[in-house]
Amino acid sequence: MFKLDERRENGKELRNVVVDSLMDLMNKNDKVIALDADLAGASNFNRIKSAHGKSFIDVGISEANMIGVSAGLSLTGYTPYVHTFAPFVARRALDQVYMSGAYSKNTINIYGSDPGFNAGFNGGTHTSYEDVAIMRSIPETIVCDPADAVQMEWIIKEFSNLGQGIHYVRGNRKSVRNVYAENSSFEIGKGNLLYEGSDLLIIATGQLVSEAIDVHDELSKIGISSDVVDMFTIKPLDTDLLLERAKNKRGIVTIENHNIIGGLGSAVSEVMAEKMVGVPLLRVGNEDYFGQVGTPDYLQQAYGLTSKQILSKVKKHFSF
Amino acid sequence: MKQEELQKLQKLAAHIRFDAIQAIKNVGQGHIGGSLSISDLLAVLYGKQMKFNADDPNWELRDRLVLSKGHAGPALYSALAISGFFDEEKLSTLNKGGTSLPSHPDHLRTPGVDATTGSLGQGTSQAAGIATGLKLRESKNFVYLIVGEGELNEGQCWEAFQYIASNKLDNLIVIIDDNKKQLDGWTDDVIKQWDIASKMRSFGFNTIQVKGDNLESIDDGIEYLKTTKDTANCMVLDSVKGAGVPLFENMENNHSVKFNDDELNSQTDEALAKLQSIYEG
Repeated sequence: MFKLDERRENGKELRNVVVDSLMDLMNKNDKVIALDADLAGASNFNRIKSAHGKSFIDVGISEANMIGVSAGLSLTGYTPYVHTFAPFVARRALDQVYMSGAYSKNTINIYGSDPGFNAGFNGGTHTSYEDVAIMRSIPETIVCDPADAVQMEWIIKEFSNLGQGIHYVRGNRKSVRNVYAENSSFEIGKGNLLYEGSDLLIIATGQLVSEAIDVHDELSKIGISSDVVDMFTIKPLDTDLLLERAKNKRGIVTIENHNIIGGLGSAVSEVMAEKMVGVPLLRVGNEDYFGQVGTPDYLQQAYGLTSKQILSKVKKHFSF
Repeated sequence: MKQEELQKLQKLAAHIRFDAIQAIKNVGQGHIGGSLSISDLLAVLYGKQMKFNADDPNWELRDRLVLSKGHAGPALYSALAISGFFDEEKLSTLNKGGTSLPSHPDHLRTPGVDATTGSLGQGTSQAAGIATGLKLRESKNFVYLIVGEGELNEGQCWEAFQYIASNKLDNLIVIIDDNKKQLDGWTDDVIKQWDIASKMRSFGFNTIQVKGDNLESIDDGIEYLKTTKDTANCMVLDSVKGAGVPLFENMENNHSVKFNDDELNSQTDEALAKLQSIYEG
């Protein structure tokens, strides 16, 4: 069960949420192991190294090796959690994630950090607007993009209960706005209907769920009522909720910090086409551009992903 | 090694070769060269050095083997079948639809296979992770990692070797099958390897070189590396692609052999008969 946090203030840094959640798990389970590829100073996994030295491995700058070592740990009964920047696991270590991980049915829990515009000053080389597309095309994976710190904590802990497989979560390292009240709980594969409306179905994922709520609020001021669904599990997608909430709507909007090719927008449109949901769709996200350097705020603006920009795209697309 | 034990291993090596060639011939094509070059090594490992329980393939106290050069799967399957993990008759299903013996080893399908390999280089890191896990569990078991010298073209091998050496994983023995040929020809003509043993030493490995067809040397080498602690350990196998069967040793393109002409088939049958007389003799 979840409750909304109406204050919508910035929460705890997501990297610290991951670290604290892992240390909670490690206190109860000595089979949980954290690995990083020379980014422990960036992910704050260094804190795990200090407090749980035996349960932390720094493989150095070798992401492919990190995934393989994790597979070997899984083969000996351990539950590895790995961190690196999203592109360095989804792009660089793809074949390792595929063969040593997914195909072998080994358990590897992956935190790909700073997706999309969060890459900031690391720029285009370190930007991933395609990690969701890559990870969700591998059979049997679970792919999550949490809305906030509360959800990130729940996901990290839930991953340890899922058994074998590749479980991928992307997320900023820094803080994002809170959506949920403390101690909210969720269900993998179930979207969360945050607001109910009759005109529009807004489906968002990741930190842009907050922007979706802003858009919902602004639309209500002009008499447009909308659903807001937090589709934090992009795979498996909650098709039941999608089809149920799509009924009698004037339009559907997807919002993601990802390329509109291959991510949430694609996943939703695949279902809509197959199930013949005859409702106009607007996919908001990166419209097939490479990343670039700048502050995250600048980049969010540059890719048209602020709530103000999303609102104006929605109004234009549906002639509100 | 006692004469009796040596004879047992010689027979086992011939038996592995026989079964691997027959399985590949039966399906019409397959990786003969790289299977034969590790047959003597597998005979020493499964005939003498490795701890395993064929009735309980996932026995906690077993040693592990990771065949990173996964295309040599037929040789591994033969060793496993002869060791009792499954019926030898099953070898005739190699690569056939629905088989539990795919060309490249799959730990989910085949009893006795400890890691899924095939995409070259990846077995190295998996073996490193298994060795790490065993150390964390304070297990006394060993991990044997078999890597092809052509496979060393893959950068991931060197990522894994740095990790293994840096962490002094002395429960992992890296065995490089230096059979000097890869798919496209002589290794030195494709990507020159220089001195593999020197490279491994420079990466921090305690490294020995042994002849790939000398059962006693292989056994002595493994015995020595098992007792050398607090360092990464490597054995470079000076081997011949197609080893033990002149027909395949002398074949120029012996990486993957197609059995589609009568002359080759009858020559292969003669070679098989010779191998059979060794292991049944």
